[in-house]
This record gives sequence, structure tokens and C-alpha cells, in this order.
Amino acid sequence: MTDTADNGNRMTGAEIVLRALKDNGVEHLFGYPGGAVLPIYDEIFQQDDIQHILVRHEQGAGHAAEGYARSTGKVGVMLVTSGPGATNAVTPLQDALMDSIPLVCLTGQVPTTLIGSDAFQEADTVGITRPCTKHNWLVKDVNELAGIIHEAFRIAQTGRPGPVVVDIPKDVQFATGTYVPPSEASASKSYKPKVNGDLKAIQAAVELMATARRPILYTGGGVINAGPEASKLLRELVELTDFPITSTLMGLGAYPASGKNWLGMLGMHGSYEANMAMHDCDVMVCIGARFDDRITGRLNAFSPNSRKVHVDIDPSSINKNVRVDIPIIGDVGHVLEDMVRLWRALPKKPEKAQAAEWRSSIETWRARKSFSYKNSNDVIMPQYALERLAEATKGRETFITTEVGQHQMWAAQFFGFEEPNHWMTSGGLGTMGYGLPAALGVQVAHPDALVIDIAGDASIQMCIQEMSCAIQHNLPVKIFILNNQYMGMVRQWQQLLHGNRLSNSYTEAMPDFVKLAEAYGAVGMYCDDPKELDGKIAEMIAVKAPVIFDCRVANLANCFPMIPSGKAHNEMLLPDEASDEAVATAIDAKGRQLV
Amino acid sequence: MNAHQQPTGSAYFISPETAKVESHTLSVLVTNEPGVLARVIGLFSGRGYNIESLTVSETEHESHLSRITIVTNGTPTVLEQIKAQLERIVPVHRVVDLTVRAGQLGQERPIEREVALIKVAGTGESRAEVLRLADAFQAKVVDATVGHFIFEITGKSSKIDQFVAVVKPLGLIEVCRTGIAAMNRGPQGM
Repeated sequence: MTDTADNGNRMTGAEIVLRALKDNGVEHLFGYPGGAVLPIYDEIFQQDDIQHILVRHEQGAGHAAEGYARSTGKVGVMLVTSGPGATNAVTPLQDALMDSIPLVCLTGQVPTTLIGSDAFQEADTVGITRPCTKHNWLVKDVNELAGIIHEAFRIAQTGRPGPVVVDIPKDVQFATGTYVPPSEASASKSYKPKVNGDLKAIQAAVELMATARRPILYTGGGVINAGPEASKLLRELVELTDFPITSTLMGLGAYPASGKNWLGMLGMHGSYEANMAMHDCDVMVCIGARFDDRITGRLNAFSPNSRKVHVDIDPSSINKNVRVDIPIIGDVGHVLEDMVRLWRALPKKPEKAQAAEWRSSIETWRARKSFSYKNSNDVIMPQYALERLAEATKGRETFITTEVGQHQMWAAQFFGFEEPNHWMTSGGLGTMGYGLPAALGVQVAHPDALVIDIAGDASIQMCIQEMSCAIQHNLPVKIFILNNQYMGMVRQWQQLLHGNRLSNSYTEAMPDFVKLAEAYGAVGMYCDDPKELDGKIAEMIAVKAPVIFDCRVANLANCFPMIPSGKAHNEMLLPDEASDEAVATAIDAKGRQLV
Repeated sequence: MNAHQQPTGSAYFISPETAKVESHTLSVLVTNEPGVLARVIGLFSGRGYNIESLTVSETEHESHLSRITIVTNGTPTVLEQIKAQLERIVPVHRVVDLTVRAGQLGQERPIEREVALIKVAGTGESRAEVLRLADAFQAKVVDATVGHFIFEITGKSSKIDQFVAVVKPLGLIEVCRTGIAAMNRGPQGM
């Protein structure tokens, strides 16, 4: 290296951070300043390439970065200070870990000389975040900083994506060192994700699929993570095979809800036809999903007569909960490409009649209309509100985020997603408070799109402070609260499991959401009349500012259908069977230990 | 603690585990960097796996590699999962289940050895008895005064257990054991 080149690459740790972010294609950064990251904030002040979005709580920064990542396919980046800044980031880190969202979290740390002395705002960040990240680093030498940040981006977005933490002591931010560009950085030799599936296994899977009389495709968030091309290939595979397809909560949108082979979401609150088809199938092809307990129901009764193919990039997902017959380790996109090609090359394709009986069974189950509900002229039913919301947003570029609870399940059941990357929800961790900051992250990435956080009255209060962020950064997100004045899902479980003793699930002293919106400088709206709903939704969409829409819905509506705890897919509780007595006895003594 | 040991009907639909629990020895090759051991043992405690024995030391200085030997137990499914989870850790290069490998090589178990230091204090007849026993177990005296011996003994864990048991009534003061170092037989490396 010549002297001049060397001088050009000499800079402070804080400058290295900004340069490394820029070289990794970062345009937006979600964060909150504090003592241990002030040098980095000083550098942010002196540049224009990266826009910093100031949140009001570090948890908000993390969820915003998640929403940003999930809606763009890029890495979400957050920056927080040491101690409480880092501990507040733990929830979104675990959330991103469970939902496989690529996230780079930079944390400030007390100076290296003070580490271990219980200094002001000191926390063992790498220790605390070790189990909730894919990997993390404490940078002790400024000359290693650039290489570590590049490696952080590589690890976050390759293989099974996930969150990483880079903990940077304040003296390292001040120290002068050498910047190494991404092309010259050395990569860890032990980290080698496998992206191409074993062709023999894929061939075996395709041959098995061709023999199926009762096939089903069960897809998940892995398809979304594999990029838009993977969703295209999935649609092509469905077209070619004519297999019915269902998806997990995380995978919605990979196959369009309007598609003719769509069965709806599966699992605890999935459709009757999806769950029955999972139970009775003879060949199950799981693509980028992980047999989560909300999906499988009682494991020893899970799809008892099927042969199973499992495509996953993470070898530890294979045989973790459910034994499979043909495991394929690789990136969903690559494997789907091979699958489509090998299916086309099959010497003899299955006759249409082979699965005729299966299609007619599915139609019988579909005829049960498991998402049906009894509408009312007097009160707004939550399902109705979402149907109207979905109708009003048709034909627009719409992104939906949610909080966690009944409203989340209803959104998944009733919204109907047509495209990948348009649905952001906290699936694995189930984090209340996710939806508003995630919506802000989405809106930052898509300033002209309609971004709606479908919320509950309890969840929304967990990160409500981010209204302030929405106003500051002109992010016109729409918060559509299905307000039933309860923690609805908690109340539903108390009704099912605990003799309807509604311990602490009623939200007393509810804020006036309209006034709350106005206090932040946003627009507040209120609706409790089904007849006025359409007009008000249209008004909400037309407003070019953040809106809190307080939609008063039936207080005691339950989310059905439902697989009660400890039950199998074919033992669903359907809405028309859910009398008070059936609800009260749906779960037996053993199941009562369940969540 | 282990998921598979939860009772039936438990919260997350877990069925009773009927498969037999086996003890396996795993060899884990890792980059020797700060925190790597914490990642490995954190995985075991976080996911409810058991550690019966753990040994770690740098084995290749130039390439910064350490070798961790872990004796753990679980059903075959859990053992497979432990291996897959270990391989997910970024600084982990390789994981070999030495017990499975030994089976593939037609052997019962890999070579497993442990070193122990054993301090025994006493005078008179018991002293002579301790020395006779040490001789029978091929334990070496590495320190002695008129009132005590420290023995160094190498062998299978069961042999060390046995030696400790027989010297116990003769004035055993303390025991320090290294945990198991293990390797497969034959010319191939891990």
C-alpha cells in the first residue's frame, strides 16, 4: 500500500463506521443518541449520504429497522447507545432472530479501559445479546472495526438471515485507524452457508411429488427471505403441479391470496381447509417454514399419513420438531429453480384425475367457510372492519404491519395478500408494540405507499411514543386500531382456559385516541357505526399525515377458527360450533397447561 | 429441563419421548477468539442440553483453532439437533460426533482419556496401602511429604472413579480432573 492510499484510508473509528455503512449500501439508519455513541452521531451530523431517523425508544429503532428490512429485502440498520440503549434493543433483536430478519445493530460501549468497572451506562452487551443474535462482536481495536462491520453485513444477510450486534467502545470511535473496503476485508472461514440444494434429494422430492394423490405445499417466511424471484418460482411451481398451497403467518403474500390453489393460512387460527388438508395429505412439501408449534398442533397427531419434504437453508430446522423423509438444505430460491426444472423434465407427469378426489375433499372443507362471522348493523365486527379496509385499499400499493393479538390473526385471515414483502408482523416472538415502529420503517423505504398498522388498543400503547417520530419525519402511517377495550387474545384465552375470569385483561383508563393523535400533531379519527365505516376509512386513506383511527368494535368477539391447545389439525373449533359451552370445554385438563 | 422430558399434554404439544437416551462425545473445532466458549456452553444451557464433561484448549496456534470436547447425552434426535445447532455458531468450523464415527468405523467407542490429580494425606499403614493401590492403578506420585501424596493418574473416567473410590477411606483430601479428551481410532483426522 502506498503512503497516499494509506493516508486516504486513515480516519477515526466514528468515520470508519459511517464509511463502512455507506460502502454496504446503507441509506437509512434508525437510532437514538447517547453518551457512548456521540462521536458517531457527530459524524452523522457532518454528512448527507445516510439519513438518520430519530425514534423515541430503542425498541422502536429495532422494529423500524425490521419493517424496513422486510419490505425492501435490504439489511435494516439501527444505532443505539451503551447500557440502557443496548438492553432496550434486546426485544427487536430476539424478534428479528425468530423471524429471520437481517438486522445490523451498532451499540456504543463505555471506553475499553472502563469495561468491567461498572461504569456509567455500562452493560455486558455482547453477553446479553449473545443468545438473541446470529453473531456479535466487541471491537477492541479500531483497525478491526471496518472488517467487522463488513462481516456483520455479510452474516446478517446471507444464509438464514438474522440480527447481529457490533459493540463499539467510545475510545475506539475516537481512535484513528485504517479503513478497509468491503472488497479487501477478510471473511470468517468457519461461516459458509449452503445455498444450493442436493440435486439427488430434489430429484427424489420431485418424483415423490409426482406420485402424490393428496399433495400440499406448505410455505413460510423463507420464501419471502429468498427474494421476489423465489415467490415467482413458487407461483410457477404451483401452476405446473396444480398442488394446493397454504402458508404460515410469515409467508403470506408469496403466493397470492386470489390464486386458485390458495387454501389460506394454516395453523392455530388458520383456515379449516388448510389444516384439514395438512392433516390428510399424502405428500407434504414444506418450503422455507419450520414446523412451529402454532402450525403443527399436537405433534403426535400432525399429518400422520404423509411423506414429507422439507426445504430449509438452516440444517438445524430439519427434523427439529417433525421428522421428514426428504430434507433439502439450501436457499429456497435455488431449490425452487431446480424443482421447477426437474418437474418440467419429468418423463411422465401425473394425470389430472390422480388428485381429483383430493380437490373435491378440499372443496367440501372450503364450503364450511371457517372464517365466517355474524355481522351486525349496530356494532362494527372486527372482521367486517378489516374486510372493508382491504376493499378500500384494493389497487393501491399497500403495506400492512400489525401488532400482536386477535387483530393480527384477523388481519392475516381477512386482508388477502397478493405480493411478498407487503406484510410485516411479529410471528415467532409475538411482540406487542411491533406494528407502529415497523410501519415507520416501511414508510421510510416507501414514502409514497399506503402503510397501515392494524393494531389493537392494548398493543398500540406499547410503542405509542413513536407517533412523535412519525410527525418529525413526515411519515404518514395509518394506525387502524380495532378497539375492543380488552387485550382481546388474552381475554379469549381466559374464556377458553380459566373459567372466563378476566384477570387484568380489561383496559381500564383507556386514552382518548383521537385526542392522543392530536396531542402528537397527528390526525385522530373515531368510528363506532358500521354504516359510517367506509366513508371514514376513505377519509383516513386520503389524509396526507399520520392518522390514529379508533375503530370501536364488538368487545367480546373471538378469533375463530381455532385449534385448541393439545388438539390436532382435524379437531378445529369452527365459528358456527363455538357455543359458549363448546368454548368452555374446548380444552381439556392437560391442554390447560398450554399457551 | 429438556424439552423431550416434559410431561404429555404440556403447553407446546410435546409428545412423550420414548427413544433411549445415549451418551455421546462431540469434538468441536472452533476459532480461538474471545467469547467462543461462552457461545458453545450458552447454547447448551439455553436449549436445555446436558454437559457431562467439557474440555477445551488451543490445538493449532498458527491457525487460531481450539478443540472443544463435550460429552453430552440425549436421544438420537436431540443429539442430531445439538450437532446442527453447534454448526450454526459462526466461529464453529466443524462438529464431529466421535461416538457415531466410532460406530461407523466398527468400534464401540472413541478413545477417551482423562487426567486427574489426587491428593491423599495420612501416616502409618494407610500410607503404604495408598502406595500399593497407586501402583496397581499406575498412578504416579508427583508430590509428597511425610504426611501426603499427590498422584497423577491417566485413563478412562471409570478407572479414575474407581481409584478415587478406593483411596477415599485412606485419607482423600481433594480431586482435580481435566474432563475427557477424545479422538477416533485409525489414521484419519476429525
